[in-house]
Amino acid sequence: MDDQNLKELQNMSRSIRQWIIRSLAEAGSGHTGGSLGLSDVFTYLYFKVMKHRPNQPDWEGRDHLILSIGHVAPVFYSTLAHAGYFHLDELLTLRKLGSRLQGHPGKDHGLPGIELSSGSLGQGLSVGVGLAISKRINNNDTCVFVVMGDGELQEGSVWEAAMSASHHKLNRLIAIVDRNGLQIDGKTSDVMEIEPLKQKWESFGWKVLECDGNNFADLETAFDKAISNVVGPVVIIARTIMGKGIPSIENDYRWHGKVPSREQAIEFQKDLEDL
Amino acid sequence: MKQWIQHSERPTRAGFGEGVLEAGILNNEVVALGGDITSSVGLDLFAKAFPDRFFSLGIAEQNAIAVAAGLALGGKIPVFSTYGVFAAIRAADQIRVSLCYNRLHAIIGGAHAGISVGPDGATHQALEDIAIMTSFPNMCVLSPCDATQARLAVLAALGYTAGPVYIRFGREAVADFTTPELPFEIGKAQVMNYGADITVIATGHMVWEAIQSAVTLRNQGLSVRVINMHSLKPLDEDIIIKAAKETRRIVTIEEHQMIGGLGSLVASLTARNFPVPVFSMGINDHFGESGQAAELLLKYGLTADHITRKILSICK
Ligand SMILES: [Mg+2]
Repeated sequence: MDDQNLKELQNMSRSIRQWIIRSLAEAGSGHTGGSLGLSDVFTYLYFKVMKHRPNQPDWEGRDHLILSIGHVAPVFYSTLAHAGYFHLDELLTLRKLGSRLQGHPGKDHGLPGIELSSGSLGQGLSVGVGLAISKRINNNDTCVFVVMGDGELQEGSVWEAAMSASHHKLNRLIAIVDRNGLQIDGKTSDVMEIEPLKQKWESFGWKVLECDGNNFADLETAFDKAISNVVGPVVIIARTIMGKGIPSIENDYRWHGKVPSREQAIEFQKDLEDL
Repeated sequence: MKQWIQHSERPTRAGFGEGVLEAGILNNEVVALGGDITSSVGLDLFAKAFPDRFFSLGIAEQNAIAVAAGLALGGKIPVFSTYGVFAAIRAADQIRVSLCYNRLHAIIGGAHAGISVGPDGATHQALEDIAIMTSFPNMCVLSPCDATQARLAVLAALGYTAGPVYIRFGREAVADFTTPELPFEIGKAQVMNYGADITVIATGHMVWEAIQSAVTLRNQGLSVRVINMHSLKPLDEDIIIKAAKETRRIVTIEEHQMIGGLGSLVASLTARNFPVPVFSMGINDHFGESGQAAELLLKYGLTADHITRKILSICK
């Protein structure tokens, strides 16, 4: 990736973060920390990796993104809007009555770009397995990306899905774990230890890649390897910083499900200008 | 009175399996998911005929249901069958969110429904599945009365693309008495016997019992209407309200908890539209137990004789 390229991605993820803050402050509730932490991953996915057509969301040749952690809807929506699925201004309707931007993604409400209504943890990887099987039957070699949280890995059904993905050798299935080390009650290591994570996935038959999820060069290396893999499913454990971009809230688990006040939002926007 | 003749004795799960095989022949997009008990739940026929469209997922029902959702997203029509307790209850959240909320067309077979499962006992007797499945928006719930109708239920489910379909069926060989020509339409119940004195609304295996009771009671001068409520959701409201108006009394019978089952559905519908006494027969807030099917049906009051006695006590 050249400097120009990097600059573009950085500008895009900054704008995605700015709109996350704007939409959450307007909504008055929602999930700030994880959304900011995943902004670089989403930027890289929608602007570098995925084959998709914002003006034709149901295009047959597209890659699928399944958002298993529905609560980071703000980064998902902000990315979709930046990619051109709908107008940026609609982000200000987040969580409001009648909005297409439900608190957790709900397809019924008509927002383009949502593949699956989600919000109950531990289901997205299984859906990804089914989707990957359907693509294989159809000789369609596009990818299925599933975005999961690290706390979510405490759900047992995730491991049922992991077992079935390697059993059926689903090499176009790529899981991304948002490894920020935090969840609502605190550190994952205190709430329920999920380490040794790499070994867990490997023992379930997955190829494991680790990267800095807030570093585009690192994301590039990981996704290049993941997509060229032909053997079986791949998981990218992306180490991220919850609240990334706002120094005063970075790595603070209390910001998992808290939003800035309007005054704080102004401060946060200044932080992001300097990012 | 129409004469219903038992032409054989077969488990309803056999009809389900035939229906899935036929669905696979009719439509190339049909795929099936195995949960280890493939032959017990009737999926072995499909698995043998279409090995490339059958996927074994082991003993992991939550995963299987959400995998079915993914397959449906990808344009397939997945069929997953396991015991009703595991499909409808263990994987209830996956059914609610990944299938129902997403309006995805999948067919879920709920095998071993009811107390007549027999010796396996309480853990394997699905007695709450109707309550849970009918409460989910976008869900369709079918409960065919015999093996012939179970096959037709699968074919009807194949054409019902609005969302997931849960089909409940039993383990034991029971009377097979309907014919393939008898139309099976989702949302349209069947009057098996026209009568004016009282109505029995039955579902699943209990339909045959209700018909036997109606025959007995005709000889005692009572004219009993028997309705086969094979479609629990969407419920055939018109046929129930009509029965309430015309016969003024309704008995319901099911191999399911009285709380949240057919009896509850009928009672709440009539209470809202045309209140009449509804006498529910079913499992009264109780777990099942081991025993032979016939012994259990006798113990829990789910036979033709029990219906006859109930009706005589109401109509005395
Ligand atoms: Mg986390």
